[in-house]
Amino acid sequence: MSETTPTVDSDFSLRRGIQKVVDFMEPAIVGLIYLCGWSAIIFVMAIFFFVFKESLPAITGIEEIGGGVDAEVEKLDLVEFTTSPKWIPESAKKPTFGILALMLGTLSVTVLSMVIAVPLGLGAAVYVSEFAKGKSREILKVLIELLAAIPSVVWGFIGLVVMNPMIVDVTGEPVGLNILNAGIVLALMSVPIIVSVSEDALRAVPDSFREAGIALGANRWEMVYKVLFPAAKNGLLAAVLLGIGRGIGETMAVLMCTGHSVNMPTSIFDPVRTLTATIAAELGEAVRGDMHYHTLFLIGVVLFVFAFVINLTADLIVKGIKVQGNE
Amino acid sequence: MSSEINNPFASTEQEHRGKKVELLVKFCTLAMTWLLIIPVLAIIVFLVYKAWPALSIEFLLDNPEKKMTAGGIWGPLIGTFFLVLVSLIIAAPTGILAGVYLNEFARDNWVTRFINLAVVNLAGVPSIVHGLFGLGAFVYFLGMDRCLLAASCTVAVMTLPVIITSTKEALASVPMSFRVACWNMGATKWQTIRTIVLPNSISGILTGVILQVARAAGETAPILFTGAMISSRIADSGWDAMVPYGLDDRFMALSYHLYIISTQWQNVPESFKFGTAAVMIGLVIAVNSLSIGFRIYLRARKKW
Repeated sequence: MSETTPTVDSDFSLRRGIQKVVDFMEPAIVGLIYLCGWSAIIFVMAIFFFVFKESLPAITGIEEIGGGVDAEVEKLDLVEFTTSPKWIPESAKKPTFGILALMLGTLSVTVLSMVIAVPLGLGAAVYVSEFAKGKSREILKVLIELLAAIPSVVWGFIGLVVMNPMIVDVTGEPVGLNILNAGIVLALMSVPIIVSVSEDALRAVPDSFREAGIALGANRWEMVYKVLFPAAKNGLLAAVLLGIGRGIGETMAVLMCTGHSVNMPTSIFDPVRTLTATIAAELGEAVRGDMHYHTLFLIGVVLFVFAFVINLTADLIVKGIKVQGNE
Repeated sequence: MSSEINNPFASTEQEHRGKKVELLVKFCTLAMTWLLIIPVLAIIVFLVYKAWPALSIEFLLDNPEKKMTAGGIWGPLIGTFFLVLVSLIIAAPTGILAGVYLNEFARDNWVTRFINLAVVNLAGVPSIVHGLFGLGAFVYFLGMDRCLLAASCTVAVMTLPVIITSTKEALASVPMSFRVACWNMGATKWQTIRTIVLPNSISGILTGVILQVARAAGETAPILFTGAMISSRIADSGWDAMVPYGLDDRFMALSYHLYIISTQWQNVPESFKFGTAAVMIGLVIAVNSLSIGFRIYLRARKKW
């Protein structure tokens, strides 16, 4: 309690004065801290609220045009929205808003990237956590973090100018902007999170497990494969889920690498278009209050829900480990 | 192993095979690690090599001219700087105080679990959805229009979770005994935080904030619709060139610039595109090295 502090006159200085004011403001500051503490919840809810709000007229058919007056607008056909592969928003005759092809585009790119990133990421995590020692371990971790630091637009640029001609040369396809290109780029982008989360999961396994495995005569690999993997399987699963979440949400790189044509994918050399890229490419041209505009926000809601479910699942899985660890 | 004397310590056939498998796996996982790292190093070298003809002080300090076919990248560069600065001014205090709340004030109950969940989810929201949020909330609902402030707010919300998480970790590494000692001296909770907890974790917090700078500088999707623009006439010298954008102006940004010149504009010299990409990567590496430096300093200084 500051008032019980014995005050000596010579102690008085500007610094002390400022401190007194700061201490006096303690309740206000504590209130501010509480408010900031809640900010994450507020923002998550605000994000859902505002994105949903802008998409609402497409679902309800009612648009507020200011002054408390509502106007009837055209409703979006939700069945067509979810099942039609046709995305023709700017057609003069009959615009069609079907996101099936876009969803499959997102899915195909994400799946391919995971097929590449998961084995490599797990391998790297095993090496970094179990085999590498001291300096080399630190250096490898820094280099993998560097992968995470490269901005997505630069990855897109790399896909456009480096991977594109390489894919044309190697496969003989006329254009190298396709699922393969985006999948590889996305794999490199999502590897760091896979490596760091799975490395955490592996290191969270107590050393006594390792010692017991070695003592029973297992070699390092048998120990990793038969002891660590089962013990850390929840964390590894969470790592994969977070990688998938990253893949679904990635925008600029897939916008620049997929070829950006609405297409039901049949092979990895097909150009596709993803949900995120559609929003990024078209929102600039869509007129506010237009059906097209509202539908793009609805795609945003779909993406938000996907990301939410994936993160929630990953989080529950990770929490699962912690509960087990306490027991 | 058919030696005359039966050596009980000799390795068996199986153990030999095990050793071989172990070596093989070690080699394979090492190869996988490098398979991830080598392409990136190669790409960076390639970018710098291709960008070399354009890279110069003038390239950094001149404004884009003649439809991006001449000049440099000063406008986008300073725009990115201001974007990062303003978003940091918003996100850093909020994020740090939120971290303080979660580590110092929050009890282990459902509210805290809820907040932690929100932080995780905020980090997982796709960047383009952040852009939609910025457009709906800041640009239209709050009536900011497309401007530097709206874009900075959007980026700030996006960068918040990492600041919160790293602050929380930094605070958690301050031993409990420090706080207990301070409380025993009669200090209040806030006094303890201000004089003991924060000063002892400042390097850790800064590391998180710096990492956030790198991320904010590279983002494109959130600023696409909230304020970035292709070209704005800005002054070539003097004060107006140093602070070309007000909070209510639209602005150029490096990431958006690279996106536009590599996809939308024709006739932009190759070296300009590579130059912009190389500058972006250079900035990111510089900022990351700074944060690694901080981490090393932190470890060296830690006395407990």
